[in-house]
Amino acid sequence: MNSQLLSLAIWVPILGALPVFWIGSERRTLVRWLSLAVALAGFLVTLPLYTAFDATQAGMQFVEQSPWITRFNVQYLLGVDGISMPFILLNSFITVMVVLAGWEVIEEKQAQYMGAFLVMSGLMNGIFSALDGVLFYVFFEASLIPMYIIIGAWGGPNRVYAAIKFFLYTLLGSLLMLVALIWLFLESGGSFNILDWHQMRIGMAPQILIFIAFLVSFAVKVPMWPVHTWLPDAHVEAPTGGSVVLAAIALKLGAYGFVRFSLPIVPDASHYLAPMMIALSLIAVVYIGFVALVQTDMKKLIAYSSISHMGFVTLGFFIFNAIGVEGALVQMISHGFISAAMFLCVGVMYDRMHSRMIADYGGVVNTMPKFAALFVFFAMANSGLPATSGFVGEFMVILGAIKFNFWVGFAAATTLILGAAYTLWMVKRVVFGEVANDHVAKLTDIGAREFLVLGLLAVCVLAMGLYPFPFTEVMHASVDNLLKHVAASKL
Amino acid sequence: MLNNFVMPDLYPAAPEIFLLLMSFLVLFVDLIFGATHRWMAAMLTVITLLGCAAITLVTSDGQTALTFSNMFVDDLLADFLKLMTYLAVIMMLVYSRQYMADRGLDKGEFYVLVLYATLGMMVMISAANFVTMYLGLELMSLSLYGLVAIDRDSRRATEAAMKYFVLGALASGLLLYGMSMIYGATGSLEIGGVAQALYQGQSEKTVLVLGLVFMVSGVAFKLGLVPFHMWIPDVYHGAPTAVTMFIGSAPKLAAFAMALRLLVYALFALAVDWQKMLLIMAVLSIGLGNLAAIAQSNIKRMLAYSAISHMGYMVLGLMSGIIGGQVDPFTAVNAYSSALYYTVAYVLMSLGAFGMVLLLSRAGYEAENLEDFKGLNQRSPWFAAMMLIIMFSMAGIPFFVGFFAKFAVLLAAIKAGYTAVAVIAVMFSLIGAFYYLRVVKLMYFDRPVDSAPITAGLDLRVLLSLNGLAVAGFGLFPDALMMVCTTALMRSL
Repeated sequence: MNSQLLSLAIWVPILGALPVFWIGSERRTLVRWLSLAVALAGFLVTLPLYTAFDATQAGMQFVEQSPWITRFNVQYLLGVDGISMPFILLNSFITVMVVLAGWEVIEEKQAQYMGAFLVMSGLMNGIFSALDGVLFYVFFEASLIPMYIIIGAWGGPNRVYAAIKFFLYTLLGSLLMLVALIWLFLESGGSFNILDWHQMRIGMAPQILIFIAFLVSFAVKVPMWPVHTWLPDAHVEAPTGGSVVLAAIALKLGAYGFVRFSLPIVPDASHYLAPMMIALSLIAVVYIGFVALVQTDMKKLIAYSSISHMGFVTLGFFIFNAIGVEGALVQMISHGFISAAMFLCVGVMYDRMHSRMIADYGGVVNTMPKFAALFVFFAMANSGLPATSGFVGEFMVILGAIKFNFWVGFAAATTLILGAAYTLWMVKRVVFGEVANDHVAKLTDIGAREFLVLGLLAVCVLAMGLYPFPFTEVMHASVDNLLKHVAASKL
Repeated sequence: MLNNFVMPDLYPAAPEIFLLLMSFLVLFVDLIFGATHRWMAAMLTVITLLGCAAITLVTSDGQTALTFSNMFVDDLLADFLKLMTYLAVIMMLVYSRQYMADRGLDKGEFYVLVLYATLGMMVMISAANFVTMYLGLELMSLSLYGLVAIDRDSRRATEAAMKYFVLGALASGLLLYGMSMIYGATGSLEIGGVAQALYQGQSEKTVLVLGLVFMVSGVAFKLGLVPFHMWIPDVYHGAPTAVTMFIGSAPKLAAFAMALRLLVYALFALAVDWQKMLLIMAVLSIGLGNLAAIAQSNIKRMLAYSAISHMGYMVLGLMSGIIGGQVDPFTAVNAYSSALYYTVAYVLMSLGAFGMVLLLSRAGYEAENLEDFKGLNQRSPWFAAMMLIIMFSMAGIPFFVGFFAKFAVLLAAIKAGYTAVAVIAVMFSLIGAFYYLRVVKLMYFDRPVDSAPITAGLDLRVLLSLNGLAVAGFGLFPDALMMVCTTALMRSL
């Protein structure tokens, strides 16, 4: 089957960004509508990926293959399975939200802002669909450029520090991955095809080295404790759209890397080092949960909550059972919706008050009832309330973890308390109570555009929580296939 | 004796001969029209180079032809490197036209010296004999010394020229000394002859190794590798920007040719020895170049240190041709073509980076401080984007040509078993990314301090745009250039 759908998913937003750049920021209305059109087009071309997806098949679908660098046998090789396909849809959907969220708020250089997000979206679709090591790496690293500009150019007061820290941290990881990719190429006898690497036999010592190289790269991206420190900085300084894309999609790239590279390519090392990975994940879940509790800045709080939730994802991967892995994947998608919504909510308040400090708020419900309802809903979802998507993933991972080892499951389950504690306590202080000050008293409720964005996300969160089947259905075959790979020793 | 004189085959050297003849014409034209019609010399110079390109293309048949009693070689590699040299020189001339005119430096001497330097590079590229190599090297170097000092009222430029001259003469002396020792040990000055004598293995090893050390030092000086890099920052900084651009571009191709012809073609039998020397120098260059570049506030100095680190990466490819003393043709071609590709990619990026400095300079103002790039995105989003491409390319971030250059070199190094070295190299490129990121930061995150409109002419703007797009284009479609580099090398080894 040779379709161009994946290429469209990648290149429609990127090429569509060019006219947006070209129009320039003077003609704001045109820029906005064109960006929205491109983002929508980018989303529409990804829809057939879901509708035409064959959920019974474990292999790669919508495969596109053509030579790219013949000198090193690098191919333009794209394809998705049940693991990567949902993320392409999620990414393209979030891009539409981001364009809408930046509609009026971004006043300076709006064309570049929109264009950067469109380019970013295409590049991330590329990461999720690349099946060639070099192609993956190229997308993976190129996606740093728009994000660097987004944080640095439209961010808060400390944006330069945050942008450079973000870039160098992530680059540190990916450079080691590059060495590992080249090593795999030479060892496999001249192939950069990831699927070939899945079949390749590798000795234990190189497996561990490769695992560590991948680990550094993906752990920074996830981010796992203790290489997470760039994330709070980046989130706090980034404009709302930047935080949304970072939390909803960019963090998933690291986790995705584990499933696509680490687990199937070096399964023995993965098993061998799983205790370490589980320990790091649990530290992220528990310790970072406590850290989130004491934050005074809403964005920072949500950033730490993201790290804690991503700890769940890595935990799910490294307990090696179907329910854990699937739970982790569901958690990734659900966190994509919820964290995006949480950051958008903070953005809504920030646009009005120009403050992210919890202490500056109080009693928002009195002046912004519609917004408060949505915010409380997302906060509930973030703390894993049943019937929201946040519950499904966490519950599955906890189930898997208890199957693996009771105490691991027990430790993971503390998040249900911690997550509820930090999220709801924040909501209590921000939303409820008496009107805290004059600024809050002057707040206006969300307009139609903001309501549309948050409402759509709320629908997604609710739908996924009530009926997760359409999401898990497409994953089953691929996850089983992955676990089969991981279970087979390559020594 | 005169009866035995055989007229050498001039055909392989046709571009050189054409350039030499045309340079007389340029001198002549400048003498007559120089005072009134300055553009004529410039135009003629460009025509000369285009003519050379045409001749090189027409006479290129992919065969290796030796002439002048085996002193001069014309092979596919030489043709390719010469074409790249013409291109770099023409680009330099277009970039610098207005800059030189604004400063009254567009004298006839400038064009003639550029032509002679180019001729020197061409001779180096085609050298098949130590003497030819030395001849070309000196012709190039002497012309460059003169060019650095072309603004004779500038103290900084004069000082730079002096420093360049003294150190350059020392390096030439080292090289010559090394050549004479190799000659003493092998009894041949011909590159092919030396290689043959070494394979027979009856040469005095001590003398050989001593000669090798001197030759490697000479080559390292021309490439600007640590610890022979001292001249680079001062010369880059002191010379007029147009000349800096010249020194930072085409001569790198010639230096690559010199390294390849001397070390690989002539002294391949000693590869195990020079490999170690190059390894140390490569790592030191990558390390020092990247670290020192961070501390610079002048963009010319920053690019100078960046040049040192880039040449370190290039040498990383050059030294990866043999694995543990075993020769394997595939590995060798792989390694040398990665180094060639790196050089070509670097020249393209370097031209673009200096082109940006020229773009922002105007009459009476040198935009050579990093501060001058502040807020460029607000002054000109298009050129800010071009500089962004060039900077990220130099940092080795995809999708730009610089990434694939680093990729090819790293692949060669890892293949040769230098995985640890490759890891060190990528770690230093992480450090290096910082100062390239800083330029992007200045352009995109800061407000402009200099709000003067960009006055550069249309020719510079168009060329700079093409240059930036080429850096991106060769990154999106790296296959063609890589293939050309590989083919040129394969057919010439």
